[in-house]
Amino acid sequence: MIKRSAEPLLWMVFSAGGVVAALVLPMLLLLFGVAFPLGWLTPPSATHLASVIGHPMTRLALVIVCTVSLFHAAHRFRYTLYDGLQIKHLNEVIALLCYGSAIVGSVASAYLLAMF
Amino acid sequence: MTKQIKLQVARYRPEQESEPVFDEYEVPCHSDWVVLDGLNHVKDRLDGTLSYRWSCRMGICGSCGMTVNGEPKLTCATFLADYAPGPVRVEPLRNFPVIRDLVVDLGDFMQKLVRVKPWIVRSVEKPLASGEYLQSPEELDEYKQFSMCINCMLCYAACPIYGLDPKFIGPAAIALAQRYNLDSRDEGAPERLEILSEHEGIWGCTFVGECTKVCPKNVNPAGAIQRYKLTAALESVKAFFLPRGA
Amino acid sequence: MTQSAGHYTAYHPRWLRPHISTYWWLRRRSYFAFILREISSVFVAWSVVYLLLIISAVGQGPAAYQGLLEWSRQPWVLVLNLSSLLLVGFHAVTWFNLAPQALVVHLGHTRLPGFWISASNYAAWVVVSAIVAWIVLRG
Repeated sequence: MIKRSAEPLLWMVFSAGGVVAALVLPMLLLLFGVAFPLGWLTPPSATHLASVIGHPMTRLALVIVCTVSLFHAAHRFRYTLYDGLQIKHLNEVIALLCYGSAIVGSVASAYLLAMF
Repeated sequence: MTKQIKLQVARYRPEQESEPVFDEYEVPCHSDWVVLDGLNHVKDRLDGTLSYRWSCRMGICGSCGMTVNGEPKLTCATFLADYAPGPVRVEPLRNFPVIRDLVVDLGDFMQKLVRVKPWIVRSVEKPLASGEYLQSPEELDEYKQFSMCINCMLCYAACPIYGLDPKFIGPAAIALAQRYNLDSRDEGAPERLEILSEHEGIWGCTFVGECTKVCPKNVNPAGAIQRYKLTAALESVKAFFLPRGA
Repeated sequence: MTQSAGHYTAYHPRWLRPHISTYWWLRRRSYFAFILREISSVFVAWSVVYLLLIISAVGQGPAAYQGLLEWSRQPWVLVLNLSSLLLVGFHAVTWFNLAPQALVVHLGHTRLPGFWISASNYAAWVVVSAIVAWIVLRG
């Protein structure tokens, strides 16, 4: 009988988040973080973006992207704190802070996109 | 007059010091000499008090692992000429307690190795009369790479996670567990899963990848671990949806 | 020797147990690259926050959206987003390169070379990026 640990599930979400973040975030960052501010490309109008984001499929996709990416970041950061600062003995506190923040962010994104 | 090369060798004699010191020795730098030859020269001719482990001097026993110029190496496979003009800094293997000079204690690994059951586990042994267990070349290739491990512990010395948390089961132990998990003759995967799914089992690994880099036998323990993470994760999903009876 | 799950540190007071420095990750280039890869997680989180800021601004109308674009031109935001781009890109590259280690695919009895796992990931990256760019830029 295998001890029920959360680690396998956390790792799977971390992996999914890693793939999604890697595939989707770079282009979004390139456009909205670099190309538009620096004037390399003309930003799209607010109306266009509103219609894109308004679509239920886009909203669902965005919620998923935000949620798994945040959990990916939380999981990785949790282990970085263990290894970087050698504070593994604060295990429960760190896990709470990391995954807690991810949950808060995910709920916020779900709310924001549901209300859009 | 052969070229000489300087060895800076870490000494730790608990009866006379509490911190390691470095002794320097000039040894001949023959083109075919390895660091181990240099250490043997020191022991035979210069300073008989130097303590270190070695055996086969050909990269198969795994005894002579040490830290050479900051890198975990088999001293029988590390040529002195590659470090000319020197000096060559020889220290004990990192992340293990030092007993004396270049000798470290590997008891932690020995305990962990036993726990992963590195042997063929069968629920029912085939009777001798029915003959051998047959295995195809493809089935052998599945685990052959992981069977090359010589327990030299260079991977543990390179793994920062193990250094920071000695409870971590470590690369070689997981690679050896995989060697048996992936062996078609073995039926022990569920038993090993229980040991390896502990928090300090495979989940402690953050895929730094140093273990694979330093392995002298190309075992690729990092690959074994990541592959096993996927297996263990899928097993836990299966267990959740199809719980086996207690 | 008992096989316990706990860690028993044998009592050998004269064994030397060197302490690992807090700056262990500065000692080797590969350790530094590892920590950099792990730190990319912070920038992944920031990217999500920034994405939510954009969505929120769009939701509030063209004025708010223009305000956000203005704000994104500020030097510190630009530097943050440029760093995020680089580090999230670093995350993507390291992720795709390492994916074959976890994902072992068999075609019949032979193993698919890891190259194809990485290659298909990179191909997916190009396709998804193109789709995202097309969706965003076409209006």
